[in-house]
Amino acid sequence: MDDYILITTSSPHIHSGESISRIMFSVAIALLLPTFAGIYFFGFRALGLVIVTSIAAILTEAIFQRLRNKPITITDGSALVTGMLLALNLPPGLPYWMAVVGAVVAISLGKQIYGGLGANPFNPALIGRVFLMVTFTSPMTTWINPVDGTTGATPLALMKMQGIPTDYVRLFFGNVGGSLGETSAFLIIIGGLYLIYKGYVDWCIPASYLGSVAILSAILGQDPVFHLLSGGLMLGAFFMATDMVTTPLSRLGKMIFGIGAGFFTVLIRLYGGYPEGVSFSILLMNAFTPLINRFTVPKIYGEVKSR
Amino acid sequence: MLKTFKGGIHPPYNKDLTNSKPIEKATLPKKVIIPMGMHIGAPSEPIVKVGDMVKKGQKIGEAKSFVSVPVHASISGKVTAVEPRPWPGGGLMMSVVIESDGKDELDYSITPPKPLSQLSPDEIKNLIREAGITGLGGAGFPTQVKLSFPPEKNVDTIIINAAECEPYITADHRLLLERPDDVVLGIEAIMKATGIKRAFIGIEDNKLDAVESIKKTIKDKEGIEVVVLATKYPQGGEKQLIKAVTGREVPSGGLPMDAGVIVNNAGTCAAIANTLKTGLPLIERITTVTGSGIKEPKNLLIRIGTPLIDIIEQCGGFKGTPGKVLMGGPMMGLAQSTLDVPAIKGTSGLLVLEKHDLHLFEPSPCIKCARCVDACPINLLPTTIAKFAQKNMWNEAELYHAMDCVECGCCSYVCPAHIPLTQHIRIAKSHIIALRRQK
Repeated sequence: MDDYILITTSSPHIHSGESISRIMFSVAIALLLPTFAGIYFFGFRALGLVIVTSIAAILTEAIFQRLRNKPITITDGSALVTGMLLALNLPPGLPYWMAVVGAVVAISLGKQIYGGLGANPFNPALIGRVFLMVTFTSPMTTWINPVDGTTGATPLALMKMQGIPTDYVRLFFGNVGGSLGETSAFLIIIGGLYLIYKGYVDWCIPASYLGSVAILSAILGQDPVFHLLSGGLMLGAFFMATDMVTTPLSRLGKMIFGIGAGFFTVLIRLYGGYPEGVSFSILLMNAFTPLINRFTVPKIYGEVKSR
Repeated sequence: MLKTFKGGIHPPYNKDLTNSKPIEKATLPKKVIIPMGMHIGAPSEPIVKVGDMVKKGQKIGEAKSFVSVPVHASISGKVTAVEPRPWPGGGLMMSVVIESDGKDELDYSITPPKPLSQLSPDEIKNLIREAGITGLGGAGFPTQVKLSFPPEKNVDTIIINAAECEPYITADHRLLLERPDDVVLGIEAIMKATGIKRAFIGIEDNKLDAVESIKKTIKDKEGIEVVVLATKYPQGGEKQLIKAVTGREVPSGGLPMDAGVIVNNAGTCAAIANTLKTGLPLIERITTVTGSGIKEPKNLLIRIGTPLIDIIEQCGGFKGTPGKVLMGGPMMGLAQSTLDVPAIKGTSGLLVLEKHDLHLFEPSPCIKCARCVDACPINLLPTTIAKFAQKNMWNEAELYHAMDCVECGCCSYVCPAHIPLTQHIRIAKSHIIALRRQK
């Protein structure tokens, strides 16, 4: 018999093979769908923005980890996902350098400053977007019409300021003004369903988020279909409110998260200063996540009285 | 719909390595090492000394407390050592080492008892205790103690655990196919000993041939039923089995009898039947020797105390370089550091994983994906408890029900960050127990 050393780690001794990088790259693949929509409607500038923010996000992660003397983990795909998500939330005409600033802020202030992967309370891509929003307000709210490349308003702004509706078919397929990856509800839903099928997204969050927006907007006399299809809601509900790190653990907690985000979204859309409120709503609910976790500890097996 | 429980996982089962291989009798070992504490409870005390000649079935360890069982010689021969030896549970355990005289002579005291119909409940229980019978599923709880529940518990159901949810292991599967009469005789003995009129045999639906085999045997037996369960790990966990079969939950911190149920393993039933038929104590068991690192996987009938190295050699030896040798299955088995330890009463399997089949990972940070939460059959928050454990926050871990963890390993199995969650919770449990003792 050959020489050998028996390894004695504790049980279990097998693993599902699941890994963080597999999850992150699956999300990145799903994000390619809204990216294609962005390229189709807004041209190759959209692709340029996605590439620029992704590279900037990955580089920022590497530099930060180097400065903190931590192992460099850019291959896990999490920085790539943050970079892509940020780009998909930007106006297609935003100058590249501003997009880079957004990506640097997203990774540094949104993620690494808290300790890196898994430690951030807020969705990093949304931190980046909101930072750009308050810093470069004008370029961040300059929208391009997909048809002719002229500037114009988003369907939500048109509705809010002038009461002009946009037809459902255009909203569904994405032939409207908006952030480069948020316009095509169609492709976002396909990407989202792919992640639900893979088990990387819990259907609870998009269902409760979209459901509460529909119900609340209907109660307040709005057109629920319009609200579901316009703005960043679809992208937010499927790809950002479902970020594992910043959302609750239990099913019930996820439901509460989705309903809360829906509530704030409708509130901001109808009564707030901005036409759109998805980013703020999700960030707000991110802040509530630890509290939600504390109050939604699942009832365990055997939490019953003795017979 | 098939009966089951919430949570759990579907690991690759790999049972086809051995599930069509009939039980094979192992050759007589040249030497056995018999630990005095193969069961839960107080270890027995050796009653033989070095130089004594012992016979097969002779009592060599006396149980001194209620939660304990006597221990018997599994071969005939000479006692060559009575000393602490390494055993599969880890560390050292007082053991009796017997060199075989090659004769395999039966002790004079071994005679078949009266037929079951003439035995009183107390006589049955006493036979079970004196035969050293413990749960053969792995934990090794003395069977007689299980059957001696206080009457106020209103126990009305017996569940026979034949789920065999651990991947690779096929010992119970083969038993149900080859010796269904023994299993049923054992169930009848338990029913008579306890006065319980209802017994269910839980079998996962990946063993439908075993279901047929048992159904044929119980055709005209009253009160015994087969329950086909969904194939899901840990379906054979006591709490999960009780939930699936009866819909009841064992109260937190309680025992199955608090839910009105007693659970016994199919192998235990066959051991009881063997004692009823021959008078022999528990000195042998079926064990599945399998895995990518074994040349000829087999279901072997081995003598208790056979060194692992002998068992492995009987299965053609190692294939490739062994990475891990596990006592039990891949989910809950104990990794062994040496092959000089013996197989014991709870050794349902011996799994050898080839070195290249091992996946050892560095853990990365938790991304709160909640896969562990979905997989936990107890509905715990494994990641939360593990985080407390890593910060030595034992009280918080206890508040989050760390003590209810059954250590099934599902959370570690699914974790994409490769965090050893089960191990962190285990550590928390041992600290909580230590703190409780201080109080």
